[in-house]
Amino acid sequence: MIQEVLFETDALPYRQKIPVYGFRFGGEEKTIAIMGAMRGDEFQQMYICAKLVRRLKELEEKGVISNRYGIQVIPTASQFSMNVGKRFWPVDNTDINRMFPGYDEGETTQRLAANIFKVLRGHRYGIQLASFYIPGEFLPHVRLMNTGYTKPDDGYLFGLPYLVMRTPKPYDTTTLNYNWQVFETDAFSVYTKATDKLDEESAKIAVESILRFMEKKNILKQADMGDGADTAFIPENEMSNIQTSTSGLFRPRAKAGDMINENDEIAEIICPYTAEVKEVIKAQCSGRVFFVRHAEAIMEHDLVYRIVPGQSDDI
Amino acid sequence: MIKDVVSLGLPVGEELIIRKNSIKGTGKDNGKRICIVTGTHGDELEGQYVTWKLNRILKKNIDKLHGTVDIYPANNPLGISTIYRGIPGYDLDMNRMFPGNAHTTEFDYVVKRIYEDICGADLCVDIHASNIFLREIPQIRINEISTEVLIPFAKTMNMDFVWIHSSATVLQSTLAYSLNEAGTPTLVVEMGVGMRITQDYGNQLIDGLLATMKKMGMWEGEEAPTKPPIISTDGHVGFVNADSSGLFLPYIKHGKRVRKKELIGAVVDPLDGAVKEELESPINGFVFTLREYPVVYDGSLIARVLGGSNNDTGSTF
Ligand SMILES: [Zn+2]
Repeated sequence: MIQEVLFETDALPYRQKIPVYGFRFGGEEKTIAIMGAMRGDEFQQMYICAKLVRRLKELEEKGVISNRYGIQVIPTASQFSMNVGKRFWPVDNTDINRMFPGYDEGETTQRLAANIFKVLRGHRYGIQLASFYIPGEFLPHVRLMNTGYTKPDDGYLFGLPYLVMRTPKPYDTTTLNYNWQVFETDAFSVYTKATDKLDEESAKIAVESILRFMEKKNILKQADMGDGADTAFIPENEMSNIQTSTSGLFRPRAKAGDMINENDEIAEIICPYTAEVKEVIKAQCSGRVFFVRHAEAIMEHDLVYRIVPGQSDDI
Repeated sequence: MIKDVVSLGLPVGEELIIRKNSIKGTGKDNGKRICIVTGTHGDELEGQYVTWKLNRILKKNIDKLHGTVDIYPANNPLGISTIYRGIPGYDLDMNRMFPGNAHTTEFDYVVKRIYEDICGADLCVDIHASNIFLREIPQIRINEISTEVLIPFAKTMNMDFVWIHSSATVLQSTLAYSLNEAGTPTLVVEMGVGMRITQDYGNQLIDGLLATMKKMGMWEGEEAPTKPPIISTDGHVGFVNADSSGLFLPYIKHGKRVRKKELIGAVVDPLDGAVKEELESPINGFVFTLREYPVVYDGSLIARVLGGSNNDTGSTF
């Protein structure tokens, strides 16, 4: 393992220089890069990378890592935000993951993105530990952006329960995932249950899925990662989105992973003053709960559930 | 008449309501509609003054108005009421969410309703006030793909400068981009600085709005003399960014001419008294953007300088 300072941002005199560390394993080829936290609340994403570094170090000692293929892991580029409890870059509130491919003569987060991308581009495979802009609980999945360069088949190699295909919106074009693909890296985003809390079980699932991918691509020799879960493919726009039609306290009943039937009562909206039930939210289709919103109180017309439609066990 | 554009329940016993004042002239209706929109960024207040004053002028001269003026003073009322640029609680920039979506979150829905309400107008003017970091001279920003449609409107707006951006650098999820794409001509005004009101700039814009309405046949009231803008493209704009962090102290005044290599200011260190760097202008020109907020980081934008112009209005400087 080689630990190196990939670059530093000058934040003196009020803060120290802010380093971004990289951890390299294996050979010299730029084979696979894993990017962790880019937002200040992505503690789970950083944790997954940290655990991955630890596992790779052990595997290296066992001689399991190919000495030809190279692995680069960046656990976080957002400690400047993490240390002050902010989600985005604390000064101008910009999101590093909306600044790719970056611009090294531009503003601070454009420079950061440019420096990160200088390290990350050119790898054959790229994996980002990503988070969703709305807080909530996901089923673990791999997400691909359908850019026209996408190779969906490799998404199955992670052995995660779902492979979600997203059709990019205009604002996606400045994300790491999109720019990786534009610069000919096969890019995947891995989502786990949590973001701002450390979730042991889904962190383990994520680490194993990444090691599994590396094994299938011969970056690891005999790591005994197995095949993982059967992966169901679903285009993001085929999921059923359930929204509230009133506001109040949010009491979800169905959890991520539950199988539900059409018209099942899956959540309630409660009056914040009298605890009267203002709305019973029903499933609009049968299927598996893919996403549940985290919120104590919620607005009208807000997204609370995403359901993968279907009847049988293959979803 | 004050109307609700969209209203949604907030979590605990309150409504989020986006309102507009739809002012229909009593003069002969020529069927035209102009939308004056502001307050998408909650920390920008220059547009609050403009909409207040425009409301008063129109109310007093309602017989001289032909057609409808829709005034939207606060696209992001939660942001304005809490001194927050984005949408409080979500950390999202509302001007990166257009044209919105009815099937995801409530704010995507709010954005969609605002967008739909404005669509179809003969002109929309989206007033911004930079941010708390940078001070801007009164200017209009246009995407090069909309030049043909927008320049005729921009010329009569009484702004100092029209900046035509190359389409590669234009964000596609803004209100202006979405409306222009849908065929509703939309001008973006940038002027002043966040969290403050510069009344001179506001008055200057109001004169331009009335002059533009007159040209559109919507206004026969009094009109102040207006001056044509300098029109320029990206190629004539020089950028100055800090290459270190610390406190920025300007050596020059906003809106002044500088020569190439003239010093614009310094980044200094209050801990040891050092001058960490002095920043110079990359070109001869006119400082139309200047850093207002003193704390800077490596990369922070310090100034933008407008060099030679390719304007077709005859005005030079
Ligand atoms: Zn703005």
